[in-house]
Amino acid sequence: MRYIDAFRQPDTAAYLLGEIDTLTRRVCSRGKSIRIMEVCGTHTMAIARHAIRAGLPASIELISGPGCPVCVTDPGYIDAAHELAENDCIVASFGDMLRVPGSSKTLADAQATGAQIEICYSPAEALRLSKINPHREVVFLGVGFETTTAPLCALIIRAAREGIQNFSLLTGLKRIVPALWSLLENPVQAEANPIDGLLLPAHVSAVIGVGPYIPIVTRFGLYAVIAGFEPLDILYALVEMLQQMVSGKPALTNHYNRVVQETGNPKAMQLINLCLNVQDGLWRGLGPVPQSTYGLKPAYRRFDAVSKFGLHIRPGRTDPRCGCNDVIRGMLRPTACRLFASTCTPEHAVGPCMISAEGSCSAAYRYERDA
Amino acid sequence: MCLAVPMKIISLEPGDRGVVESDGVRYDTDLMLIEEPRIGDYVIVHAGYAIEKLKIEEAEERIELFRRMAALIKTRPLP
Amino acid sequence: MEHGGGGKASRELIEHEILRRFESRPLLDLADGATLEVSSNQIVMSTDSYVVHPLSFPGGDIGKLSVYGTINDLAVSGGRPRWLSLAFILEEGLSISLLEQVLDNIQAAVKECRVEIVTGDTKVVPRGRCDGMYINTTGIGEKIEGFSLSSQNIRPKDRIVVSGSLGDHGMAVMAARENLAIQAGPISDTASVHRLVESLAEFGPAIRFMRDPTRGGLAATVHECIGKGPRGARINEVDLPFSPQARVVAEMLGIDLLHVASEGKMILVCDAAAADAVTKRLRSLPEGKEAAIIGEITDQPGRLTLVTSTGHQRLVAFPQGDLLPRIC
Repeated sequence: MRYIDAFRQPDTAAYLLGEIDTLTRRVCSRGKSIRIMEVCGTHTMAIARHAIRAGLPASIELISGPGCPVCVTDPGYIDAAHELAENDCIVASFGDMLRVPGSSKTLADAQATGAQIEICYSPAEALRLSKINPHREVVFLGVGFETTTAPLCALIIRAAREGIQNFSLLTGLKRIVPALWSLLENPVQAEANPIDGLLLPAHVSAVIGVGPYIPIVTRFGLYAVIAGFEPLDILYALVEMLQQMVSGKPALTNHYNRVVQETGNPKAMQLINLCLNVQDGLWRGLGPVPQSTYGLKPAYRRFDAVSKFGLHIRPGRTDPRCGCNDVIRGMLRPTACRLFASTCTPEHAVGPCMISAEGSCSAAYRYERDA
Repeated sequence: MCLAVPMKIISLEPGDRGVVESDGVRYDTDLMLIEEPRIGDYVIVHAGYAIEKLKIEEAEERIELFRRMAALIKTRPLP
Repeated sequence: MEHGGGGKASRELIEHEILRRFESRPLLDLADGATLEVSSNQIVMSTDSYVVHPLSFPGGDIGKLSVYGTINDLAVSGGRPRWLSLAFILEEGLSISLLEQVLDNIQAAVKECRVEIVTGDTKVVPRGRCDGMYINTTGIGEKIEGFSLSSQNIRPKDRIVVSGSLGDHGMAVMAARENLAIQAGPISDTASVHRLVESLAEFGPAIRFMRDPTRGGLAATVHECIGKGPRGARINEVDLPFSPQARVVAEMLGIDLLHVASEGKMILVCDAAAADAVTKRLRSLPEGKEAAIIGEITDQPGRLTLVTSTGHQRLVAFPQGDLLPRIC
């Protein structure tokens, strides 16, 4: 735990919070506030879990971005998973997806009425399930950003290598950079939800590297820092971003250089490019986003659940009262949603942001209510 | 959806696999995404897959910087 | 193992496997009930059913769990455990060697805790009707003089003390499930806390509340203590004792250790003035050597907060549902 504990030290946190205070006063001399978007849901979660927001000056506003993959998955995807389970497939999934509502029910509901939904920590377990159930079809719900996409490509390669026939992937794989473009290019968004800085993801960046962010940071003149997920990583990144703001020069700094290389992980990117095509896709909250998702290349299409089972994925139904679409775009604070903590709680979630462990509503409900 | 923990490679197995370890916990991990994994390397493990190496020198340098900051706060008068 | 309907096979199982291990007078009579002689006019009674998958895990098995679990419930209620009932529901086809291992562990645990198994029951159900083995134990204890325990007695500034590292059992069981490729993981802390409780009797009313943090972990236990008010509680992350193994697995699986079960630990609330002495007393016993003061009672109704490593506070919610491995 050395490389975790060393990044959770109270004295250093106190020092960095002091620096943040001083720098914020310099930046916000005229009553201005600073709006920083933490792009990745894992950052949202870490900020809440380590009580970081509570330690920041009131003039720093941290806004959750579109980087919670469970939250941006359209309910139609869950409906497709139900269809597979009803057709006697073993549906394997990360635990994160189990309680997310589809158009009418969650996978946990289906499990309670007899569907075989297997919770996996690692997608490799899905391959093991295929081997021990040779007469069943196993479908893994491949939801995630590049961090998870790369392992799923490794899994596909392994399935191909071992000649496994009864395994496939229901792809819900998303790319973070096109989502940021979609968000920042939208004029309504820019007006209502101006962003000064970006706290960029740790482990997505470990895969894709620094380069893909450069055009977007340059185009919108943003202050941007790639940060690890530990509390001191986040605080130190905020110090760096505020220093950029003091100097008035937008920049992109890689503060998670113990893991993130300039070029990312070339071997992981190579496997992604070998297995997957970039394609347009539908996001909850953002709608259709060009070039924002991944699908399997023809050479690996036999592992694609959609073509294997002839699925037609349609956009799912969402509760019209649910504020998740605005929450995902950072337009609505979770606590400002009229369903928050009344109709919508983690026990009875209306939208995915309340049920995903890293959803901003869930984080606000579980960790930050009047804290 | 990107939780991951740093763990040390303690053995390499055929087929791009290996065992990683932290504080006595050993875990069978897929190393296909890692360029030239070696025993003793630290890797970042996400959902059963090592996704990147952890560079010890950079980590130690940052830890040392944080240690110096902690020492400063101890000498700084409380507000 | 064969499916028995109260016939010869079950009789043999009971005689050969169970009775020879537990030589208590009332049990050997094989009567329908046990007659017990009680010296105190107040007794404590508790029952629990044990269901765990896998049945055996590093540090214990369902047998150890079923004895210590009920003994701990008696102890933290201020009772001195004396008698246990032991009832099995076994699945046809269960391996006899596993049953023997479980019975051996039960035998060792009751001996160590000086309790007697005085009545019992065994049913075998057809294959597929139960997950290997379920155990129910009911315990009776005599009230220990001196304690007056009630969550109503807690007041602001009272200290919260734990007897050792938290969450080892829940993480050990999760890591032992076959679908996780964890080769060496945490060891369950399954053990009795009755000696710890007895050692605290002399503190009397200074001890307000005791509980063993099983399902739902520390978070559920402290929430149960404070209820909806008028009191609240604040705990300090830096003071929480966790084993490094449990922490690694919790970080891997995205699980908050505050929500994870222990099976050999206790949490208590005591008068602030007595807290250091109470902690020292717990530490004087081997099973309490990692005891620590981890927080205090506040006057914020029903709120449980954690002071994190950043020095600021966040809420600790009441745990909901099963713990699931997750990647975010």
